[in-house]
Amino acid sequence: MTEREASPTGGSAEGGSVDAPLVEAPADAVAGEVVLRLTDVVKTFPGVRALDGVQLEVRAGEVHCLLGQNGAGKSTLIKVLSGVHRPDAGQVEWRGDPVTFANPQAAMRAGIATIYQELDLVEDLSVGENAFLGHEPRRFGFVRRGHMARRTRQILGRLGHAEIPPNRMVRALPAAGKQVVSMARALSHEARLIIMDEPSAVLAHDEVGNLFRIIRELTAQGIAVIYISHRLEEIREIGDRVTVLKDGRTTAANLPARDTPTRDLVNRMTGRTIEYVFPERPVAATTADADLLEVEGLTRAGEFADVSLRVRPGEIVGIAGLVGSGRSELLETIYGARRPEAGTVRMAGRALRPGSVGAAVRAGMGMAPEERKSQALLLGEPIYRNVTLATFARYARAGFTDTGRERAEADRVAESLELRPRDVRRPVRTLSGGNQQKVVVGRWLLGDTRLLLLDEPTRGVDVGARAELYQVIRTLAERGVGVLLVSSEVPEVLGLADRVLVMREGRVVREAPAGELDENTVLDLVMAGSLMEGAAA
Amino acid sequence: MSDVTDTSTPERPAQLPAQSPPVDPAETAAAEQRAGGRLSWWRGEGGEGARRNLWLIGVLVALIVIGVITRPDLYGDSSWVWSNILVILKLASVVGVVTVGMTFVIIGGGIDLSVGAIVALAGVWATTVATQSYGAGGMIFCALAVGLCVGLVNGVLISYGRLVPFIATLAMLVAARGLAAELSDKQTQVSDNATINGIASTNLFGIPLLVYILAAVVLAGWVLLNRTTFGRRTVAVGGNPEAARLAGIDVKRHTVLLYALSGLCCGIAAIMLTAQATSAQAAMANLYELDAIAAAIIGGTLLSGGRGTIIGSLLGVIIFSTITNLFAINGLTTEAQNMVKGGIIVAAVLVQQVQFRSLTQFLGRNRLTTN
Ligand SMILES: Nc1ncnc2c1ncn2[C@@H]1O[C@H](COP(=O)(O)OP(=O)(O)OP(=O)(O)O)[C@@H](O)[C@H]1O
Ligand SMILES: [Mg+2]
Repeated sequence: MTEREASPTGGSAEGGSVDAPLVEAPADAVAGEVVLRLTDVVKTFPGVRALDGVQLEVRAGEVHCLLGQNGAGKSTLIKVLSGVHRPDAGQVEWRGDPVTFANPQAAMRAGIATIYQELDLVEDLSVGENAFLGHEPRRFGFVRRGHMARRTRQILGRLGHAEIPPNRMVRALPAAGKQVVSMARALSHEARLIIMDEPSAVLAHDEVGNLFRIIRELTAQGIAVIYISHRLEEIREIGDRVTVLKDGRTTAANLPARDTPTRDLVNRMTGRTIEYVFPERPVAATTADADLLEVEGLTRAGEFADVSLRVRPGEIVGIAGLVGSGRSELLETIYGARRPEAGTVRMAGRALRPGSVGAAVRAGMGMAPEERKSQALLLGEPIYRNVTLATFARYARAGFTDTGRERAEADRVAESLELRPRDVRRPVRTLSGGNQQKVVVGRWLLGDTRLLLLDEPTRGVDVGARAELYQVIRTLAERGVGVLLVSSEVPEVLGLADRVLVMREGRVVREAPAGELDENTVLDLVMAGSLMEGAAA
Repeated sequence: MSDVTDTSTPERPAQLPAQSPPVDPAETAAAEQRAGGRLSWWRGEGGEGARRNLWLIGVLVALIVIGVITRPDLYGDSSWVWSNILVILKLASVVGVVTVGMTFVIIGGGIDLSVGAIVALAGVWATTVATQSYGAGGMIFCALAVGLCVGLVNGVLISYGRLVPFIATLAMLVAARGLAAELSDKQTQVSDNATINGIASTNLFGIPLLVYILAAVVLAGWVLLNRTTFGRRTVAVGGNPEAARLAGIDVKRHTVLLYALSGLCCGIAAIMLTAQATSAQAAMANLYELDAIAAAIIGGTLLSGGRGTIIGSLLGVIIFSTITNLFAINGLTTEAQNMVKGGIIVAAVLVQQVQFRSLTQFLGRNRLTTN
């Protein structure tokens, strides 16, 4: 981190900003002026042309949305902007001058801050150290800890999360908390452009509102925001203009975010028309016999209390609730990854040994966990080995693995989930975020899973593949698999599940067939009683 | 990639908007063909390991060239060259066996600092008067059993006792050497067993039996790592323990097995070393843990776990014994040799991290643009 490095625009001096107000608008920011222009940007990885001629124009004070399917090149594009990758060809113009950022520090100094899709926090550093990583306030070479903590507290307060202590280890935070920390990191710079790669994917409904409030404050100060999301309704709400990518190319630039018809957007993204609908529920839903899963009085102090639920074979049960309402913890406890303090879990009538994943898996459970990178994937390993991580022993003969069979099975899964690129020998690391998510879910489509626990299964998955995934889940259910689904997206729970449980603060507050609930009812139930200052936005 | 979407789902109306000229399907297909076809050993699965091993072979060649330059007189004699190769391999054999076990432990996300001590303890235990009275079979059984048991203790302490591997095996290092000193009364115990001693002196088809043992252990290790569920679990447990656990793998049990395996390898090495010296003592196999760890790292095994190859580790060991040999034939001191070894470790890791990545990228890019 040498101070003077290739940063043609010079950037802003760091030392002086320390005592400045939180996000200070650069004095010369003129709303409407073009700050960033990309022309014919190309970036290739071995065997993949991730960017193949991208055009993009971003103005000061606007929220510019990037749309595109999984693997379209959105994350690669922002990594080119933030100095992680260097483009092979094409031009990046930043405030009128052509630039190439040698590294992320150079981009930050020039005023581009980025919140990456895959959280890039150092788990064993504190919240404050993460927020100011690489540009810690110093005096005489010593980090000014007190000062840093104060600044962090300020930024967190502004983000609506004053409750996060700046000296807490990041490891101890839940996913949404980590997201807040990466946002704090972006705000700790004096930025003219803030790039957000799927920031809402890990956020609950009310937190998204909070995020939008912050974005509006930023843009009001003339700061430009590039916003990536697969949720069209968010883009309509916060976006000004939209650029659509497909297969690494710009297929449409600067569409008005509010008025462009959804059909049009989806068509330019996918090259086809997709109806964003949920597969039909079987009419005589689950007349089924015995319960597959019976959970009785499950309790873990501080996480959830006295939860009882049932899943019949072929039934999809959805759990709605805020992040932090204990949903993920409940799922992990049912799966044996956490040990309950009270209560029992029974599969097909037999009690499972508490706190044993092995027992749960042997009884036919499978779980797609919430955080793909830390909980589910071996990033350096090939796709097929990730897909068969839970089943490779079944295909093995006398302890010897059968990679041919594994690849064939993984191919089948890749096909049904539209994985791209389809070559299952590639390392998972080289897949786009959404495609990695498909690998996580795909793992349990193999073997004889009888009960599938899905924690945010469509996080980061694009519109088209999402419909595909819903269909796959429904087909599984029709074959008699029970599904327990957790999702922050209420429409997803209502659309896919047969029966819905609503959780609030660790308790089930309502249980009803999905047909008897609507989005507003669920949201009211979910929020009621909790103090949600941000929810007003 | 657009061709993938469109051709694989023919029942869906493919309406490409005018603004989106699809990527040339032939180009993509060709690239994919190349990726998955004849180049797969290079680029695909295991490709990274194969590239790294080529690099190590390059280092080995460079060392031999240095040997040829510094001692042209010796290298002029082809019978000397052959016997020198055997000397190097024999030198590598004992540490090589230990390194195979160490490689498994490191890939599995751990570290075993007690290997040298386990070798000493197993060697001493196998040469006590009482054990020797059971003959060669008894001695071999004793060494293997001691190695296995100590490894199991390591594993249980780490898995179920939740000790950090570094601490647990450091404690074992001290304890096992202590026990070995106690057992041997700090004396050198001479092995009177001709069969055991013969292991080091026997040649089969002109090649020392020790080299065959190394080859057998390496082969077994390679098969275990690359072809069995045990190996697959090792990579998973080291690469992402949480993911492995949530996929239903018993991470704790597997960790115990890894340390037991390392202990077993130490037991084998103890017999080999005892046979070479025709004796055992508490101070034998000194600092083998460093040699084994260094060889594994040079061979491309990631200290943080999840990645590594047996062949790489073997090459690492051979590189080290070649350096030792190079210094010996030039009549240089072990002190100078240790300094060079240290430098090589640093250089190897640096080179692999920096240059290799760019070389790979260069090759990858080249292939795309030239075709
Ligand atoms: N380091 C890499 N090595 C090889 N290929 C890569 C690498 N990074 C990305 N790719 C490939 O580049 C393409 C674009 O990926 P990118 O992550 O930009 O997609 P994305 O638009 O962000 O998708 P998502 O919506 O799923 O996040 C994908 O085909 C991906 O597999
Ligand atoms: Mg992405």
